[in-house]
Amino acid sequence: MDAVTNTGISREAEAEDLRLRALMRSAQDGDRVAYEDLLKACLPRIRRRLQRRGVDPDLVDDTIQDVLLTIHRARQTYDPSRPFAVWLAMITDRRAIDAARRHHRHAMHEVSSPDAYETHVDDSGDPQPFVTTNAIDRIRGSIAELPAAQRDAVERLSLRQQSLTEASQETGRSVGSLKVNLHRGLKALRALLNPEGRS
Amino acid sequence: MIGASGPSHEEMIGRLVGDLRPVRRTRPPLVDTLLWTSAVAAFALVLTPRVNFDALAARLTAAPDMWLALAGSLVTMVLATIAAFMLGLPDRDPRWALAPLPGLALWLGASGLGCLRAGLEAFGPIPTHEIIDCFAFIVGFSVPLSGLMLLLRRRAYSLRPTLNAAIAGLAASAAAASLLTLVHPFDATVLDLGVHFIAVGVVVVSNGIASRRFGGA
Repeated sequence: MDAVTNTGISREAEAEDLRLRALMRSAQDGDRVAYEDLLKACLPRIRRRLQRRGVDPDLVDDTIQDVLLTIHRARQTYDPSRPFAVWLAMITDRRAIDAARRHHRHAMHEVSSPDAYETHVDDSGDPQPFVTTNAIDRIRGSIAELPAAQRDAVERLSLRQQSLTEASQETGRSVGSLKVNLHRGLKALRALLNPEGRS
Repeated sequence: MIGASGPSHEEMIGRLVGDLRPVRRTRPPLVDTLLWTSAVAAFALVLTPRVNFDALAARLTAAPDMWLALAGSLVTMVLATIAAFMLGLPDRDPRWALAPLPGLALWLGASGLGCLRAGLEAFGPIPTHEIIDCFAFIVGFSVPLSGLMLLLRRRAYSLRPTLNAAIAGLAASAAAASLLTLVHPFDATVLDLGVHFIAVGVVVVSNGIASRRFGGA
């Protein structure tokens, strides 16, 4: 059991906060080593807080980076006489809300249309095979390089033509999360298949 | 690890560390509040030659609600100024945004009382140039005061930039409306009051829009 001070915070947490305050003070003075230590020490705290706030697991990594960027841009506003944990928690909470709002907006503007390929036929009537064996291998290889959540979304929704509801039931992921992963997966695939950015 | 299209956390930390420069810490919010309200006091001093103190004293004595309206605009100014500087620091309570409400309630309430007391005269004719002058005065004084607020907040970082800018606009327009009382010590008619608050609204909304377009977190 941690020893608890009269403020209700354990002595270890208070000692750790004092260490982070000192690191931030040095970072404000331009000490890069202290800054790197500080940001690395912040990572698990930010992740824990985002998880406690119920941020979608697929959004956690992006939100952590938002928080890191905000720490960097707002570092002059930190007053070393005040708790660092509170400063960090307020930034993390705000970015968690921003992420949830963005995710919600994004999900509202996307429409699932599994029949789109069938209903919008290619007018050129090109009898050539759509893709060559070589290209199929490249696409398979690129899909295999995607992070697991994105790969799963691309395979289920684009390749196996599962509906969002089916995929959601089978994977236990929310429909919004599947849409985000599909979107990111396709974007990453475009980058992998066309590294020079040619359209 | 982040997705295929973004950097890893380690890469991101490396970039941020590489970009590190020494920074000057933001001043305590109450110091900034003092600096800004001193500037408002300086504006009041500049206006002194234009003030008819006898008319002002007579008017304020005859109509106590004018005192209340002036007190309301001053309280709104001070509380909105403190709130604007507090909200520029991420670790301060976001409920500071509610701080100007009591002053605003007093300001609106007392101004409304003035209209009721004026009764039918409230709908009497007001010279157009006077309406334009009032509007121009509030907006005209709010611009440099908002600019000064922006200058003092240049090292701040708000997590709610639009709300923060709108509250800064409220502080500037409340200050301008308080200054207006010095040179325009008349009962607020409905139209007069409407013009004042439209001007305040224009300043608040403009500050909010400007923060969305030109800055913010």
